[in-house]
Amino acid sequence: MSNASTERPLLVIEAGRAESHYWRDIWRYRELFYFLAWRDILVRYKQTVIGILWALLRPLLTIVVFTVVFGRLANLPSDGVPYPILVCAAMLPWQFFATAFAEAGNSLVANSNLVSKVYFPRFIVPASAVVVSVVDFLISLLILIGLMLWYGVIPDWRILTLPGFLLIAFGAALGAGLWIAALNVRYRDFRFVIPFLVQMGLFISPVGFSSSIVPEQWRLLYSINPMVGVIDGFRWSVAGSEATFYWPGFVLSLALVIAVLVTGIAYFRRTERTFADVI
Amino acid sequence: MPSTIISAEGLGKRYLIRHEQREPYVALRDVLAEGARTFVKRILAPSSIIASGTVREEFWALRDVSFDVKEGDRVGIIGRNGAGKSTLLKLLSRITEPTEGRITLRGRVSSLLEVGTGFHPELTGRENIALNGAILGMTRAEIRRRFDEIVDFAEIEKFLDTPVKRYSSGMYMRLAFSVAAHLEPDVFIVDEVLAVGDVEFQRKCIGKMQEIGRADRTIIFVSHNMSAIASLCTRCIRLDHGRVVQVSGDVDAVIKGYLEQDGSTESVVWKRVDATFDNPWFSPLRLSVGALEEDKRPPFDSADDIVIEIEARVERLDPALTVGYALYTSEGQCLYWSYQTDDSPDRWPQLEVGINILQSRVPRGLLNEGEYRIELIGGLHYREWLFEPRKLVPTISFSVSGVRTTSPYWSAKRPTLLAPVTSWKARR
Repeated sequence: MSNASTERPLLVIEAGRAESHYWRDIWRYRELFYFLAWRDILVRYKQTVIGILWALLRPLLTIVVFTVVFGRLANLPSDGVPYPILVCAAMLPWQFFATAFAEAGNSLVANSNLVSKVYFPRFIVPASAVVVSVVDFLISLLILIGLMLWYGVIPDWRILTLPGFLLIAFGAALGAGLWIAALNVRYRDFRFVIPFLVQMGLFISPVGFSSSIVPEQWRLLYSINPMVGVIDGFRWSVAGSEATFYWPGFVLSLALVIAVLVTGIAYFRRTERTFADVI
Repeated sequence: MPSTIISAEGLGKRYLIRHEQREPYVALRDVLAEGARTFVKRILAPSSIIASGTVREEFWALRDVSFDVKEGDRVGIIGRNGAGKSTLLKLLSRITEPTEGRITLRGRVSSLLEVGTGFHPELTGRENIALNGAILGMTRAEIRRRFDEIVDFAEIEKFLDTPVKRYSSGMYMRLAFSVAAHLEPDVFIVDEVLAVGDVEFQRKCIGKMQEIGRADRTIIFVSHNMSAIASLCTRCIRLDHGRVVQVSGDVDAVIKGYLEQDGSTESVVWKRVDATFDNPWFSPLRLSVGALEEDKRPPFDSADDIVIEIEARVERLDPALTVGYALYTSEGQCLYWSYQTDDSPDRWPQLEVGINILQSRVPRGLLNEGEYRIELIGGLHYREWLFEPRKLVPTISFSVSGVRTTSPYWSAKRPTLLAPVTSWKARR
């Protein structure tokens, strides 16, 4: 009997006690992480007629509209890349960021019944919401591949850096999502902030146009938006539009993403133990 | 010698009740407004510390609670509504953090505070088993291994691939309990789940829990159902107003203490003391029970007309407002719910803005001898509970004595829930 007891995990619960095995605990609950993501993917397309095709249709239509408006009507420069590819290489990471951020931001409130009735590391909820958006992203990647075949754009070695840029977008969405998710539990105002931020973001990020049209002296300031670095990176790695890659801006974007992520995790950890009381 | 698996020392949990709004969360605008107000006041009167604009009241849901649970114990936790039972379970299962004190746990804890937590209506039975298992802390391998047992126990083979939104509530409940019952934790924490489902299912659940208990698993069980506590538990803790008032291995003694306390403080009137239950639709002022003859005091005669009165202030009329009462036996079984809107709409009593007094009669001769508890229940139909049954709601209790008819053959109390006098005749 004594043997069995020593094998068992010892856990002390106390007010304000810092979790000593925080990350290990999250790792132990990885199955739940997987199941929550799986549930969201399953549920999203149940009772829809064209199901998973929605993941293709939404970005595809937006790309068409943006190409017509910005490429044809406004006649903006495309740095020698076919305009649809220029838009697509930006639309995919943007749409990933926007849905991941919105889903993560609302995830805790949407799962309030779980939060108030079961223990698990709360971090899992927004994180799995971001992972679900990765799946959508991977599906919509088909559009990009299709466009590249159609226009005969052959990627070079730089395509290998694409996962790196996706990772940065992931970090940005998770960091911002954690902030909003934790704040949303206490202040429901953030429910209204999310769509607003996403809508604004679409216009202040270089989705429909190349960031090379931003005057040189403003580019660093423009890169305060972390998605600028990610989108430029995507274009650079997909179509090799050399002219648009702007290193100081990229470094600034990256630094900001890391800052948002680190502070997001810190704030989330500080508030997560009271979620069940206020949700 | 069994080792200690849970030890709680000086546990306390404090909530801040805000009287301005019903929602537990706050709106940012309030925080900003309050911040600005305090700031202005500080400038105007820098020396004094001024209480903020909202009325905040401290409420200790649990205070100074210490106990040990040994391996293999089956501990029952009893107490009245609002005694802190659910808060204690939430602390033990790590859902929320104690304000003071410490809990030391040795082993894997699984808690079942609600039947079917995390069930998704769009998913099939099969998918929900997997999901719910993961939520309760099972690994995929465990779920796969126990899948058939779970399905067998729940008796839902035929509906495995049907979304659970098409399940009857009984099937839903069986499935949910079944997943939880097949967990293999060191400590199993269960809250009142047996209050749901039909009698057959309740018996099955108790049987399953006894089986779990025999397997040397530790169980912590909260219930209002004293017979379930008596048949299942080896130790019993009684809470009252957030404090432990009785702990013993003699379960019957603790139950007796609980029932006696409930009886001795038998209160046929509840009156509003603070703003806890206030809301714009129906703020209760008084809940009382009496006989039709004004001066009659309890115990009531089962042949009496027992009248329940609810006095309340209404600020806003809402057609969806339903209020009424739930009637429980002293063992916590619910006999029935009754709402002012139960009859055809043209017979509903009309509420008006201001003070209202609603009256309802308990059907004559329905109740058996014994003690009964009445809860004020109600809400906005299909929208929200204002007074949710078995939660913190205004409660009164009363007792009924035996004399009902002049029949010479019916003199002793019958071992039944109800004891109505129904009419008989011979047909030729």
